Amino acid sequence: MDTMSPVERVLRALALTLVVVFFMFPIFWIFLMSFQTNETILSIPPSIVFSPTLSNYAALITGKLQTAAGTLDIAFMRNLGNSIFLSVTSVAVALVLGVPAAYAFARHKFKGSEDIAFTLLSFRFAPPLLVLLPLTQYFQWLGLSNTYFGLIWVYQLICLPLILWIVRGYFEDISADVEYAYRIAGHSWFATFRKIALPLAGPGIAAAGLLAFIFAWNNFVFALVLASADKQPVTVGALAFITSSGIQYGQIASAIVLSVTPTLALALYAQRYLVEGLSLGAVKG
Amino acid sequence: MTDTALLIRDVDKFYGPVDYGVHAVKKLNMDVRKGEIIALLGSSGCGKTSTLRMIAGFEAVSRGTISLGGREVQTFAPVRRNVAMAFEGYSLYPPLTVRENIAFALKASKLSQSVVDDKVAGIAKLLEIEDILGRYPSSISGGQQQRASLGRALIRDASLHLLDEPMGQLEPQLRAVLRGRIKHYIKERGLTAILVTHDQTEANALADRIAVMEGGVLQQFDTPQKIKERPANLFTGTFVGEPPMNVFEASITGSETRVSFGLKDGVRLEYPASDFSHAVRDALMKRQKVVLGIRPYSVRRSADGVAGRVAVNQWLGDQTHIAADFAGGTMVLVEHDRTELAVGQPIGIRLDPSSLHVFDGDSGKAISHGEELA
Repeated sequence: MDTMSPVERVLRALALTLVVVFFMFPIFWIFLMSFQTNETILSIPPSIVFSPTLSNYAALITGKLQTAAGTLDIAFMRNLGNSIFLSVTSVAVALVLGVPAAYAFARHKFKGSEDIAFTLLSFRFAPPLLVLLPLTQYFQWLGLSNTYFGLIWVYQLICLPLILWIVRGYFEDISADVEYAYRIAGHSWFATFRKIALPLAGPGIAAAGLLAFIFAWNNFVFALVLASADKQPVTVGALAFITSSGIQYGQIASAIVLSVTPTLALALYAQRYLVEGLSLGAVKG
Repeated sequence: MTDTALLIRDVDKFYGPVDYGVHAVKKLNMDVRKGEIIALLGSSGCGKTSTLRMIAGFEAVSRGTISLGGREVQTFAPVRRNVAMAFEGYSLYPPLTVRENIAFALKASKLSQSVVDDKVAGIAKLLEIEDILGRYPSSISGGQQQRASLGRALIRDASLHLLDEPMGQLEPQLRAVLRGRIKHYIKERGLTAILVTHDQTEANALADRIAVMEGGVLQQFDTPQKIKERPANLFTGTFVGEPPMNVFEASITGSETRVSFGLKDGVRLEYPASDFSHAVRDALMKRQKVVLGIRPYSVRRSADGVAGRVAVNQWLGDQTHIAADFAGGTMVLVEHDRTELAVGQPIGIRLDPSSLHVFDGDSGKAISHGEELA
């Protein structure tokens, strides 16, 4: 790094700035839009000078959407709550099921273990639309349509394979001998799993959990089909902003800001774990 | 109470399905007495580490039994076997300091804090790691980690101590010092230890008995001296000893008065029959093809010896290694003086019958060592 010439330094900074602007500008623009009325947003040419308004946020929080055609009821705050509940619960369930499973797959080779692990992974690369129709049918028969239970179950298709495969990799990176050393000192395998394997894979588990949370949060199609308005997350709820009297850009923007905030906060908080997780290899003997 | 610490009976290890997978350990039988230090010696993949891990309980035993202190343990979890182990890969717990790593092994024994502190201090002094007790494994060198791992195993009061390549990462000087100290430590406390190593110096220096393994088969299990002087087969003969034993295929002819070994390139080694006992002579005469083995330090130069030609002459600071072209192969000699011999110079080589090892040409089994039957 020290050998970089000043020219290289400047070019590097420039390139990084470009990348940051490219990715961050839309978010920045949406952030600005969320404080504007539909009229200022749609004015040509667009301007970053405007008198900010909180009316969009007020509309979302009160659930009353003012449109040219009159007042509409929207359930955005409920959607947001659903999103948080569904994502958190799904990730929690996936962690409880996935982490021990990942440990089993990492440590024990049993008949069919690779097949089972691969089948679980295949849920990730099968397009959701492929399974949606039969799933809808089954859920109706089972009475699981439009229930949180059913949605969380389906969300396992998203969360479980992610957690299983990422965490498995972390467990495999821990030398089995570290665990053996613990077991031979007089501990059961379960104590070893709790005291040695879990803490050592901790950063990896946190990273996998975060990733699963983001994927669960972003899910659209399962919730669209399998849940009705009162159970839907924000991703689906946002459709309500496309009204008969036009698209409510201001409210959409503020809805985006509100719905991005939890994941962004979580990612920023977990950043140090992610870095730790990625540098786990440096600790190995 | 029996004084047998460990009894291994007909143990097989397969990786993969039994009888079809990789056969890593073949019908192993071994007994270790209390207070003994045993070295499992062999090259990589010979089955020595698999054996150790089966004793510890980290690998399932495919067939056979392992008994510790009189009870069969092959189906027991490691926790129930009361063995301590130092791992080749150190396997220290990353979140704990060296001190905690070592003290940790005593947790199950429920000793008071002051006793634990004393013990840790003692073992740290022994292994010269007092100055790094407060450090974390990731911040110390491989050699230091290895000593910490060794300390974690030795501090325990287990019925058997398993040491997997315990000193592989140490510098030669330190290794020599620690060998002595560790042996003293083990003997003083009457501990029983099995160490796995590919370093014969380590095996010779530490072990009461050495188990030489190759291809999953126990080749010989005996004292270091016996292994050196009376190797059971060609493998042990050539594997143990540095520089390795010289070996030459030979055919035997003889009469009432003479024993004659015919080597390649028409070289003949002639001995009066009286150089060998009757039994040895009879055993030799039954064979046609044998392999002659002779240790490099037993080969003598002599004007009336068999002709050879110097190929390499190296002075190593305390001894000379001479490699000579001899009977279509290479004969290595060790001499303790600096020898001025030019490459290409002819020399006479004399092989004393008392230092000849004769092995069966087909099975490799030892027939005789000097004047005695194997």
